[in-house]
Amino acid sequence: MDILIAGVGGQGTLLASRVLGKYALKKNLDVKLSEVHGMAQRGGSVITFVRFGDKVNSPIIDEKGADIILAFEKLEALRYAHYLADGGKIIYSTQEIMPMPVVTGAAKYPDDIESRLPNAVGIDAMDKALKAGNSKAANSVMLGALTTIMGLDKAVMEEALTESVPEKLVQLNLKAFEYGCEM
Amino acid sequence: MKKLLLGDFAVARGAYEAGVRVATAYPGTPSTEITEELSRYDEVYSEWSPNEKVALEVGFGASLAGARTIVSMKHVGLNVAADPLYTAAYTGVNAGLVVAVADDPSMFSSQNEQDTRLIARAANVPVLEPSDSAEAKEFTEKAFLLSETYDTPVILRLTTRVAHSQGLVELGERKEVPLKPYLKDIPKYVMMPANAKKRHVVVEERLNKLCADSNSCPVNRIEKGSSDLGIICAGGVYQYVKEALPEASVLKLGMVYPLPYKMIADFVKSVKRCIVIEELEPHIETLIKSKGIAVEGKNLFSIQGEFSVNLIREKVLGKKTEAVAAEIPARPPVLCAGCPHRGVFYTLKKLKLNVMGDIGCYTLGAVPPLGSIDSVLCMGASIGMAIGFDKANSDFAKNTVAVIGDSTFIHSGITGLVDAVYNKADATIIIVDNSTTGMTGHQNHPATGKTIKNEQTYALNLEELCRATGVKSVDVVDPYELDKFEQTVRKALSESGVKVIIARRPCVLLTKKLYKGFEITDACKNCKACLKLGCPAIVNTEHGMTIDASLCTECGLCQSVCKFGAIKAK
Repeated sequence: MDILIAGVGGQGTLLASRVLGKYALKKNLDVKLSEVHGMAQRGGSVITFVRFGDKVNSPIIDEKGADIILAFEKLEALRYAHYLADGGKIIYSTQEIMPMPVVTGAAKYPDDIESRLPNAVGIDAMDKALKAGNSKAANSVMLGALTTIMGLDKAVMEEALTESVPEKLVQLNLKAFEYGCEM
Repeated sequence: MKKLLLGDFAVARGAYEAGVRVATAYPGTPSTEITEELSRYDEVYSEWSPNEKVALEVGFGASLAGARTIVSMKHVGLNVAADPLYTAAYTGVNAGLVVAVADDPSMFSSQNEQDTRLIARAANVPVLEPSDSAEAKEFTEKAFLLSETYDTPVILRLTTRVAHSQGLVELGERKEVPLKPYLKDIPKYVMMPANAKKRHVVVEERLNKLCADSNSCPVNRIEKGSSDLGIICAGGVYQYVKEALPEASVLKLGMVYPLPYKMIADFVKSVKRCIVIEELEPHIETLIKSKGIAVEGKNLFSIQGEFSVNLIREKVLGKKTEAVAAEIPARPPVLCAGCPHRGVFYTLKKLKLNVMGDIGCYTLGAVPPLGSIDSVLCMGASIGMAIGFDKANSDFAKNTVAVIGDSTFIHSGITGLVDAVYNKADATIIIVDNSTTGMTGHQNHPATGKTIKNEQTYALNLEELCRATGVKSVDVVDPYELDKFEQTVRKALSESGVKVIIARRPCVLLTKKLYKGFEITDACKNCKACLKLGCPAIVNTEHGMTIDASLCTECGLCQSVCKFGAIKAK
């Protein structure tokens, strides 16, 4: 399965990819992740790739190669929509974060994103994360939605999540994950 | 036990298991995590060195003293460390000395796309190149053996996609390697002409032997497939080739310098068409062709950017993947909300100054709407450039400043400052001191007073250091205080000589505080003055300005620039 995680630097895409990596490891699958560090992380558009299966060579996902696009921000879902394979699915957070050209008024945040996304499910991840206790748990909400939509092993994903966050944040993230699973 | 490891972590693990005792580095994406990870092991002495040259010199000393040593850096760091590297190839080593260098094809976080293999060739140093995390660990261990067997430093070359991808790695136990005895050996270790002439002969003999032996070296292997198509590749590209061209015969090079020419000649003969696929420079291709062996390569592929499965399919098989990206607003990286650098660049732009920039988060001062930096070259260059402006045309001294970060200043700005004073320049130098190495993820440096292991140490005092070089005017200002900062800059520009302004405030990401965030009141006249700050928390909507409370850190810059008092704490 090839999952592209898109978001804005600082949103926790790295953590989500690492949870999925642990999940694959627990399922005894071969797995590779690819991350972006450094300058691109400073509020820029970031993507990480997660690939698992019997044998994985390339750590990156190409255009038209993603089975799933898990987007933590709406505009970022559209930015990478052309990476979606035929028959693939986009799961996106309905959160909107304005990029600098929009902030300065040089560009407009598109108001027709939903209609331009093929085969997409929108999740109100911020709202669910706040309900769980903190907006920063939005990535766990998204992982929950992914688990339900793709029929992944929920118990194993919970284990992977538990091992990936600091102990005092486990309950918060599991709650957020659960809200995500319920969609 | 199998573990999912970042390529950099796998290098660290390989070094650890190989009994490495000393690890040195200056942080640089995508190599930083190697030494960060090694710092967690008690058996390994690790340090953030002030720069890559010092890192390699410490590493060389440790190798002579008998300890297996790894020195890590990004590709441009090797330029800084090139001086010791070239001559370390002459002296050879005592215990294994591995230099891990991470290239950055596509420049995810770099100022150029240079290819470390070309430097290795010029320095006559062998290079191993792993293709994923598993090999990163394996090749690191092999690199130490190679270094000791052939008495040479060895470069372990990574690229961003290998350094920053995770893959499964089988962990082993650490092998305790005793310190090798140190033997004084002046002809071998003192590189003065009479000795170096003899050592140059050794360098050539060693390389010839390595070249011959590489034909039977197991890191170079042939994976037999169709005889219609043969691919010669190495590193991360190998993984793309296996997916894009599963039928092809593949010669996978684990050692990319020197090359196994006999193995290559036999391989090329065994296939109808042979293509060298390598990112960046045509290093392998050029060397192969120099032996009169015909291969394809850069006639099909660019020297720019990283490759992918789709690209290889397209260039080799002519199968193009049709995918159209949506035309939407870009999302470039920006200075974080609350970044202390913002006030500096806002002011420099307001004063319409020429700004000689440097390498770090603050390079983003070149991006709109701040857009105030004129030039960025390499680590530490800002000060030299400002001196050059003054020497070319002294009028520039009144409207030109250098901006350099604290870590970058220590890395290679100090010598520029010495030059400015010594050669009587009129120059204004602003050290943007956020008390960390920001861009690479908050590493300590000599002025933070903490070592890589967070142990207390002497904190280099930047003010005293500047004064010691002969700078008379050293001011320390909080860049959140816009008026005071502007006055300080104006005053410095009006005076002659060398003036240093230290704009000091810790990186906002270091203070893990929860903020309520500011809000915009009805007093807002929509004049858009606050937008000139380029703060990602201030958003221009159809209904006027708003502040994204989840991003706002209450730094107060927007309050300072708002003439209508329309921005209030919640």
